[in-house]
Amino acid sequence: MATQLTSIETLANQEYKWGFVTDIDADTVPPGLSEDVIRLISGKKNEPPFMLEWRLKAYRQWLKMKEPTWANVHYPPIDYQKIIYYAAPKTKTNQPKSLDEVDPELLRTYEKLGIPLHERELLAGVAVDAVFDSVSVATTFKEKLSELGIIFCSFSEAVQHHPELVQKYLGTVVPHSDNFFAALNAAVFSDGSFCYIPKGVRCPMELSTYFRINAKDTGQFERTLIIADEGSHVSYLEGCTAPMRDTNQLHAAVVELVALDNATVKYSTVQNWYPGDKEGKGGIYNFVTKRGKCLGANSKISWTQVETGSTITWKYPGCLLIGENSVGEFYSVALTNNYQQADTGTKMIHAGKNTRSTIVSKGISAGHGQNTYRGAVKILKGATGARNYSQCDSMLLGDKCGAHTFPYLEVKNTSSSVEHEASTSKIGEDQIFYCRQRGISTEDAVGMIVNGFCKEVFRELPMEFAVEAQKLLGVSLEGSVG
Amino acid sequence: MLKNPILEIRDLHAKAGEKEILKGINLTVFPGEVHAIMGPNGSGKSTLAQVLAGRDLYNVTGGEVLYEGRDLLALQPEDRAQEGIFLAFQYPVEIPGVSNLYFLKAALNAIRKRKGEPELDAMDFLSRVRQKMSLMEMDEALLNRAVNAGFSGGEKKRNEIFQMAVLEPRLALMDETDSGLDIDALKIVSHGVNALRGPDRAIVVITHYQRLLNYIVPDYVHVLAEGRIVKSGDKSLALELEESGYAGIEEFAETAQ
Ligand SMILES: Nc1ncnc2c1ncn2[C@@H]1O[C@H](COP(=O)(O)OP(=O)(O)OP(=O)(O)O)[C@@H](O)[C@H]1O
Ligand SMILES: [Mg+2]
Repeated sequence: MATQLTSIETLANQEYKWGFVTDIDADTVPPGLSEDVIRLISGKKNEPPFMLEWRLKAYRQWLKMKEPTWANVHYPPIDYQKIIYYAAPKTKTNQPKSLDEVDPELLRTYEKLGIPLHERELLAGVAVDAVFDSVSVATTFKEKLSELGIIFCSFSEAVQHHPELVQKYLGTVVPHSDNFFAALNAAVFSDGSFCYIPKGVRCPMELSTYFRINAKDTGQFERTLIIADEGSHVSYLEGCTAPMRDTNQLHAAVVELVALDNATVKYSTVQNWYPGDKEGKGGIYNFVTKRGKCLGANSKISWTQVETGSTITWKYPGCLLIGENSVGEFYSVALTNNYQQADTGTKMIHAGKNTRSTIVSKGISAGHGQNTYRGAVKILKGATGARNYSQCDSMLLGDKCGAHTFPYLEVKNTSSSVEHEASTSKIGEDQIFYCRQRGISTEDAVGMIVNGFCKEVFRELPMEFAVEAQKLLGVSLEGSVG
Repeated sequence: MLKNPILEIRDLHAKAGEKEILKGINLTVFPGEVHAIMGPNGSGKSTLAQVLAGRDLYNVTGGEVLYEGRDLLALQPEDRAQEGIFLAFQYPVEIPGVSNLYFLKAALNAIRKRKGEPELDAMDFLSRVRQKMSLMEMDEALLNRAVNAGFSGGEKKRNEIFQMAVLEPRLALMDETDSGLDIDALKIVSHGVNALRGPDRAIVVITHYQRLLNYIVPDYVHVLAEGRIVKSGDKSLALELEESGYAGIEEFAETAQ
């Protein structure tokens, strides 16, 4: 455990020391969305014409689209004209000046997570001199990586320095017209990460963006594009933590992964956006589109997610399995407590021969939380010998929460095989008492049982993330039993 | 030298819902002693053990319990456990997904923390566990399986005593640990329990059978009937009961009312 914390700490400290400071831009764009706003964003970012055209195309498409209503989540209508789509970092006047002004409950949570003090300040949105975002953390190792030909930089930088790669792959996995939120993202996304692993290169370290702190009271739209060229291998980690606010904040990100022949991409997320308070006030609307394309033969894309935050999660990281023998995986833990709602799952589309996919989903509901697994497995006509295995387990804590499972299946090739298993369990009062009789507190007992339930997913996470994920579950479930 | 009792139960009354189950229990246990509690089905033996462990299914409606001179009933179940009370359950609970080893380590470290001792490191913990495993003649494979999940009835009971051996409680309450054990297992388990006997510890064994008491020889035997201890004696009382059953004693209980 200690190693994990020190590694985060070192990373953050390093970054701090290096002093990557987000440009303090005094300009703000008024709330609302229009072609002018998009032109302005693109102009501020000094983008080449193809980017502006793509954004405008997406915007025009978005205007014709309707917000999806099929998900099992409920929230008041979002006024898209009230969102600020581009804003300078907030002026320091209305932010808390020091930790003394921050909600003590939030601070206790950070303390439990073992987040070092100066990072707690950042998380709480305390004004500090250098507000950094995750992208600059990532750039710490840039030189070392570039020796191998690996490009790992912010999306904005990629647009400036590698426009040919961006133009070639942008929107090839999640098109600008994919869905309402993806189109919105394409029109207005402000930044994100970009990664290219050249042929035959095994990325020697986990690439990670640890904190995506959004100091702005705005919508948050980041876009990530990862390309693994033939025979390459990369593991990417994404951790999210958001400051606590009592208004809902929209987060509509897009992630696109491309794996060419014999390439492997492993994408892990620990999502801990602010979930709202105990009464369900505030929190992030996490409406995210993540998809990977196994374009090459024998390629593999593996998604692992631990979703504990956000007031609403709408997210289906999926795989398009096009290359022969390509493999898609989805390992998920989604936890909803208090009034959180999650509608999450995956989409595995088998197009190529002998493609294989594995889905392991663990949903935990506590408090008034509503947890929906929604998964689609499609075996297309040409996918001879395709195989899928799905396992969806739900765990309920208390009797006011809910778990729902919607597996969709579409099989157009008779030589394929599809297997689905599901279970629902409860943590019993007798189990808790048994643990307590052995000296283990209720909180630790619940944490232990829930972590046991999620073991198969945590196993897929890189070591240091697994430890963090376990702690997060514990913190997120606090007060849910007993 | 006069010792202070480890456990003093005075006129303890307890209910489950509206049903009064314990109707005035009195029992004093000194360090170093082994007490056996016998009695017909449904007389309240398990209830007594569960109340002592702090199960909130039961409401204490009267009386008091002192543990090492302090008010036991004011403590949370985990605090009681950390203070050295161990209950070997009549029906051990399954906890899927949590390995026996992990569970035991969490328990041991919680207890050590309470005592102000540092957490045992992985090596020390394992060697302690191995030693107790061999004492209980248990298959090490059980360590990596989930707590009691899919264990046979006998394995569950043996696992309880194994946990007890690792945690080394001051006051052990064993609720029908012998039922479900085969003859060899009974000997092994008894051997494990006897290894725990010592001048600072006390053991309360709930059982239906004299057989167990041949191996774990009690200092006192009590008969619990209809929520009260209706007779106490030395180990010969168990033999008497084996001969003549509870019939005579229940008459006694009725006349006492
Ligand atoms: N939670 C409960 N709610 C209602 N009645 C209960 C509850 N727990 C126990 N009882 C009742 O209290 C009485 C005593 O039960 P207890 O389990 O203590 O008996 P016991 O002496 O351990 O019996 P056995 O020898 O069969 O194990 C029984 O009649 C039982 O049905
Ligand atoms: Mg009983």
